[in-house]
Amino acid sequence: MTTIVRTPAAGPENSADPARRGEPVGGGADRMFGLSLTSSGIVVLTIMGTVGLFLTLRGAGALKVAGLEFLTTQAWEPDAHNFGIATVLTGTVMIATVAIVFAVPLATGVALYISEYAPPSLRRLLINMVDLMAAIPGVVYGLWGFYLLNPSIIPLARWIASNFGWIPFLGIADSHPNDPFEPLTIYESSTFVAGIVVSLVIMPTICSVMRESFARAPIGEREGAYALGATRLGMIRSVVMPFGRGGMIGGTMLGLGRAMGETISVVMIITPVYRFQPEILRSGTNSVAALIALRFDAASPFELSALMAAGLALFALTLAVNFAASAIIVRTRSGELSGA
Amino acid sequence: MGFLVIQSLAFCLLLFTSARQRRPVKSVGRHRAAGRPSRDVERPQPQAVDQEPVSAPSNVELRNPDVMTSTGVNAIMPTTQLQAIRGPADLATIEAKSISAWFDERKVLDRVSLFMPAGSVTALIGPSGCGKSTFLRILNRMHELIPNATLAGEVLLSGSDIYDPSWKLTEARKAIGMVFQKPNPFPAMSICDNVTAGLKLTGIKASREEKDDLIEECLTKAGLWNEVRDRLRQPGGALSGGQQQRLCIARSLAVRPKVLLMDEPCSALDPTSTRRIEQTIAELASEVTIVIVTHNMQQAARVSQQSAFFLAEQGTPGVIVEAGPTSKIFGSPDDPRTSDYVNGRFG
Ligand SMILES: Nc1ncnc2c1ncn2[C@@H]1O[C@H](COP(=O)(O)OP(=O)(O)OP(=O)(O)O)[C@@H](O)[C@H]1O
Ligand SMILES: [Mg+2]
Repeated sequence: MTTIVRTPAAGPENSADPARRGEPVGGGADRMFGLSLTSSGIVVLTIMGTVGLFLTLRGAGALKVAGLEFLTTQAWEPDAHNFGIATVLTGTVMIATVAIVFAVPLATGVALYISEYAPPSLRRLLINMVDLMAAIPGVVYGLWGFYLLNPSIIPLARWIASNFGWIPFLGIADSHPNDPFEPLTIYESSTFVAGIVVSLVIMPTICSVMRESFARAPIGEREGAYALGATRLGMIRSVVMPFGRGGMIGGTMLGLGRAMGETISVVMIITPVYRFQPEILRSGTNSVAALIALRFDAASPFELSALMAAGLALFALTLAVNFAASAIIVRTRSGELSGA
Repeated sequence: MGFLVIQSLAFCLLLFTSARQRRPVKSVGRHRAAGRPSRDVERPQPQAVDQEPVSAPSNVELRNPDVMTSTGVNAIMPTTQLQAIRGPADLATIEAKSISAWFDERKVLDRVSLFMPAGSVTALIGPSGCGKSTFLRILNRMHELIPNATLAGEVLLSGSDIYDPSWKLTEARKAIGMVFQKPNPFPAMSICDNVTAGLKLTGIKASREEKDDLIEECLTKAGLWNEVRDRLRQPGGALSGGQQQRLCIARSLAVRPKVLLMDEPCSALDPTSTRRIEQTIAELASEVTIVIVTHNMQQAARVSQQSAFFLAEQGTPGVIVEAGPTSKIFGSPDDPRTSDYVNGRFG
């Protein structure tokens, strides 16, 4: 009270100037609504916390046995106490990377086409199609990937391996691409195929986030660019893309998070291996999610604990990626509502 | 499967190599320009003759140097006036001929003609919704950005119709710059980059020094140089509203337009910034032909040499009721509606 500076000539009611607080406008109903929203927020946090805690507690047994080697061991023989996530974690990251490499350009193209080029009628149709694509379950993509993509990828994979084999990860050390009798199964069920299938799973998510941020690029800036004599491409490059950059990065991170967790389609396609396999075109790969899905059924109690520990690693990784994504979306301009 | 790869590669190519392309997508302008006339021809213009009396006399007046000197323009900007009469090569006249405009099926402008002399300021005044902005946007082909917006008529830039297929859309917009009501600098770009954005967008190559000179020149002309000279690297969005608007003027000037259109450039600004921009306009008038829309009668009287009064009466499309030297429009207009409007009796 003493800090409030007022002219001494103020009226009598000012003599005991109480510090004024903003009264809630809506009264009881408003407070109830606020409380229920707060509690739903708390529920979400609790669920996340519980999942993390559950994984930590159940995985602790295996982690104690493996120690730091849990991160560096490639094999997965929990009952022989020789196990680690070096293979599956790198596999996860590699599949997700391939998925991002395919999904992001495609999603950017589709998002730009929808928001900038498509005529209004086609635009609505395309938005619905992309949403529909997001609704297709992973198992369907898995089927498609296994029966259609897997066999038909061979020529492409072979071509890449023979022409770009010198690029790290793209070569296959002991392949003979020019030998007509080479067994072709070496090119199937690889990180590459799994990555492409996962890219289809995550593309719609990335695309929606990007499209929304592109579409919010302010009309004033767009017209400013056109009025300078810009072509549509120039306008997109100078106004839409810079404005949508937050959405592009955020959407990509969101897709990355989903790609790392994608399970069923990966399980259906890959030939699981338990040693680090850096050649993405070669048959055989693995991922944390696939490992858990494949093993938990017949697992001994100790292996289950090991799987929980692997799950914890994946949980932490996806959480980190998603936090990074939201941080980036919030920090950039396209995260703001106002175009001013 | 291969389609995915091809798609990705093609897309990357599109995005990242076109950055270096000098003049991308020439065909955009051509395509639009070619599409336009066929559309216009469909528009019936049966009463074309009826309107001549309204616009023709004003044209004659504006073109007549004696009338213009009698307005006292000489006293304000003698060199401008001389240049306008001699018509040096780098000054351009702009003339709207029988412009009509539609949004969907609604006609908002009906055969409007106006001659805007070189190197001087023409003010467009009139009540809200009478089609001033629409008219202005037709002058640099911004109108066709709006879906379902159509138009008919001709816009002659020094005698050459910018809607003719021989004009590229982008060239027309580059030659006829525009400053908008709401300041719209590119907020993420630095002040420097904002000024030179037009060069990049229109594929003009310039060396580092040329750019620096251009930045200083344009910012000086726009009356902003002294305020920003030591923070040129800051983002354009970090300036005040009035500074942003002057940055937009500088940005327009950097592509060396022949005509500068301004749609209520001061309506969002404080009196000081407004003064500053009016001063800028006065200084620029000797180099570019300026057309300004304003709701501020004093401003129109202060900055312009010619004025045109637009009016859209009850459910009819907008027309120019009267056009002529500003002193005449504000002093002794022929039409009672003009006199009512400029004296604040309606609108
Ligand atoms: N994008 C649009 N779609 C449909 N109609 C429009 C559009 N823009 C303008 N109009 C209509 O065209 C007419 C002329 O509008 P315009 O913006 O040219 O008026 P104005 O004279 O600039 O008004 P103000 O002084 O308020 O800016 C108005 O009746 C308006 O409703
Ligand atoms: Mg307007």
